[in-house]
Amino acid sequence: MTGFGRMPRKEDARFVRGRGTFVDDVRLPGMLHSAVLRSPFAHARILSVDVSAAQAHPKVRAVLTCADLAARGLAWMPTLSQDRQAVLATDKVRFQGQEIAFVIAEDRYAARDALALIDVEYEPLDPVVDARTALDDGVPVIRDDLAGKRDNHIFDWEAGDAAATDAVFVAADVVVAQDMLYPRVHPAPLETCGIVADHEPVAGRLTVWVTSQAPHAHRTLLALVTGVAEHRIRVISPDVGGGFGNKVPIYPAYVCAVVGSMVTGAPVKWTEDRSENLMTSAFARDYHMRGELASTSDGRLLALRVRVLADHGAFNSTAQPSKYPAGFFHIVTGSYDLRAAHCAVTGVYTNKAPGGVAYACSFRIAEASFLVERLVDLLALELSADPAELRMRNLLRPEQFPYVCATGWEYDSGNYPKALQLALDTLGYQDFRAEQSRRRELGEYLGIGISFFTEAVGAGPRKHMDIAGFGMADGAELRVHPTGKAVLRISVQTQGQGHETTFAQIIAHELGIAPDDVEVVHGDTDQTPFGLGTYGSRSTPVSGAAASVAAQRVRDKARLIASAMLEVDPGDLEWTPGRWAVRGAAGAGVSLGEIALAAHGSVDLPDGLDGQLDGSCVYNPPNLTFPYGAYICVVEVDPGTGQVFVRRFVAVDDCGVRINPAIVEGQIHGGLADGVGMALMELVAFDTDGNCLGGSFMDYLVPTAVDCPSWELAELVTPSPHHPLGAKGVGECATVGSPAAVVNAVMDALRPFGVRHADMPLTPAAVWRAIQGRPLRADLAIE
Amino acid sequence: MRIMLTVNGKEYVRDVEPRVLLVHFLRDELGLTGTHWGCDTSNCGVCVVRLDGVPVKSCTVLAVMADGHDVHTVEGLANGAELDPVQEGFVACHGLQCGFCTPGMMMTARWLLDEHPDPSEEDIRTALSGQLCRCTGYENIVRAIQWAAAKESS
Repeated sequence: MTGFGRMPRKEDARFVRGRGTFVDDVRLPGMLHSAVLRSPFAHARILSVDVSAAQAHPKVRAVLTCADLAARGLAWMPTLSQDRQAVLATDKVRFQGQEIAFVIAEDRYAARDALALIDVEYEPLDPVVDARTALDDGVPVIRDDLAGKRDNHIFDWEAGDAAATDAVFVAADVVVAQDMLYPRVHPAPLETCGIVADHEPVAGRLTVWVTSQAPHAHRTLLALVTGVAEHRIRVISPDVGGGFGNKVPIYPAYVCAVVGSMVTGAPVKWTEDRSENLMTSAFARDYHMRGELASTSDGRLLALRVRVLADHGAFNSTAQPSKYPAGFFHIVTGSYDLRAAHCAVTGVYTNKAPGGVAYACSFRIAEASFLVERLVDLLALELSADPAELRMRNLLRPEQFPYVCATGWEYDSGNYPKALQLALDTLGYQDFRAEQSRRRELGEYLGIGISFFTEAVGAGPRKHMDIAGFGMADGAELRVHPTGKAVLRISVQTQGQGHETTFAQIIAHELGIAPDDVEVVHGDTDQTPFGLGTYGSRSTPVSGAAASVAAQRVRDKARLIASAMLEVDPGDLEWTPGRWAVRGAAGAGVSLGEIALAAHGSVDLPDGLDGQLDGSCVYNPPNLTFPYGAYICVVEVDPGTGQVFVRRFVAVDDCGVRINPAIVEGQIHGGLADGVGMALMELVAFDTDGNCLGGSFMDYLVPTAVDCPSWELAELVTPSPHHPLGAKGVGECATVGSPAAVVNAVMDALRPFGVRHADMPLTPAAVWRAIQGRPLRADLAIE
Repeated sequence: MRIMLTVNGKEYVRDVEPRVLLVHFLRDELGLTGTHWGCDTSNCGVCVVRLDGVPVKSCTVLAVMADGHDVHTVEGLANGAELDPVQEGFVACHGLQCGFCTPGMMMTARWLLDEHPDPSEEDIRTALSGQLCRCTGYENIVRAIQWAAAKESS
């Protein structure tokens, strides 16, 4: 096989034998282990830190505190959102689990033992736990480390035309409005975060093996933070056990491990435990939203107005393009043709872990898509309209593409009504509505929920999109060796997406060789070109395009070499997969392998052409890609217990050309499970003292095989007009699109009980309380 | 404490601290890093190995509890170069993405097929219900095990 299509993954051979190499699998001679002492309080002044007993432990080699880091100028580090974050706490702790000291010892267990020997004296302070009161007068100021800071305000940001939107609302027949919380959740990759830092003092070289979705960005940031020159830093991100955005930031313990290696002269490993992962590393969502949707009385959508209070935790460390403090939330108009829209977002500090952009959210499109799809269902309820018909009536039409939405995004391509119709047909929508009626008479509560989402992925045009100042273009370097075997070096980093296979297929497609003849090198900054890494579903839209263009350049160079070999004009050559042939001369031509050998040999090359056969590209995308889909979920709710059972889930996705359909479907399956998880069980809540209530897998529930139905997928293919392969991103589509379908289905099931809205997660308790008319507030353990 | 145990058919004698978890013993002492660690609470199941044939979460078993017992890990699943049908099924059905839960899933799958050669989809989902996967939505893991069952019954 050459090129696109289903093929088994190249990386699977090692994984099924247990021979992957994850960061915690790395063992270096003389390597030390470490552990982090963390704050039990959400907000407290630190009066003293005494590490003398820990230092006296026979197996402890060093203990770092903020004083050690301050001596190197490292007590604080910059975040990815122009804020700063304490590496080890200096004056105060600002969230439960914040880093205070770092112990380096001879083994894992000794490092943990020594944590108990550290004596910290705290003066507890009132915590700010409820984002809705964070800006009130008289609440404690969390970030008093910032000069002149007198409140907990981070930013105000808006998009769209407020006046035009207000004007439409004033004149509209119907307005529905709803407050909704997209609660704090966590990506919870099964491999927690970790690092092995090895500083070699003679050459001044620093090598780190780290769980990284963005090795090059991490190298540059480590250079900026630690002062080690960038060209002496090598970041290796080996096999990564899931990322979902959790492995984009630089965490304090990474910096501590680097300093620890400098201090001890030995490699230092740090492996995060599960509670540390859930309680302190990049969370997601935590958006308190109010949405209003205006329409005509006969169901023509007119305008959308949204206000958001964004809880960013104790440090503003969200990882997203600098210009967009609310990410891409302003694609909140979704899949509909609206006259006007306006959204305004206010970000606040609270005494909670920092983060906010993670868990396959496509830079906050998860929140936006959920909001608009809930509002459309509420409008259907208000108008007594069928939610499928209401959507069908208002979806963008194929002839409207490219379509510029009211907040400025230019959607590239799609056939939305066809996708929705395919989903309805796949489910058997009308039959299901009939069954729902029949079953209600028996006291059984089926619900059907629809979600239609539009994603914007593949960030992005460097003129508009950068992270920490680095434009979001990515590189690819392709070399065809003398025997015709190719090596492709890419800047993005798989966390399970199967890049070793997909990218080999891209090269195979372009060059007409077998995917097995292409080796994909990634995850090592010494061996790959610069780029910003894998998140926001950007690998195929950006690096996939880079690989495609690099291969086209190889093909172009091969043509010139072939013309020299065949002594014909390049214009007389035509490409057939794997071969340049003389047009009209049957049999005359040379294969890519022959050309590769000649390129390294003694053929007299045309003037201006270097030898060898290689090509490279730094791809600066002209626009994002806009995959979309229509999802339908069927649930059954037990009103006695509040338990929700997901009976069926139909997902129609259009992500453009599919390079490896099996991998694409796998990405969608995973995202659908995420949606069930967020809609029904996943939650990081807090009590009024700021204690995290989601700090283990006993408290933070993620879906199992028995919580998930067998997913029913169908597809459309509308190529992206601006991507060289016609492909769009897909990794996050289902995570973004599916929660609204599940929640809409549960609300549909609960209609006989007069329930209009309940916030996620729809746990048995939350559903039961909604039925009783006493909805739970999900995010805080208060009434 | 001195322990003697068999891992993948090979005998080991080691001195260990009584508190050392089996997962850390396998990974750090024997270098069998195919068995992973993912939580501290027996919820995620990436550490599943077979102890005298029964799947156990090796983060909740002390190494000393394996003294005198027979442990099987993912490294012992294949017969030399020949993959177990469960391993083949995971490759054929795209049953893995990041590969972190895969060893534990495959060890449970092998146990299931040893006990129930023709499991229903519900049997498979129930067998896996103590283990987590964040990538696949379980769909292709179920198919992989069905593939292996079909191969073994043919």
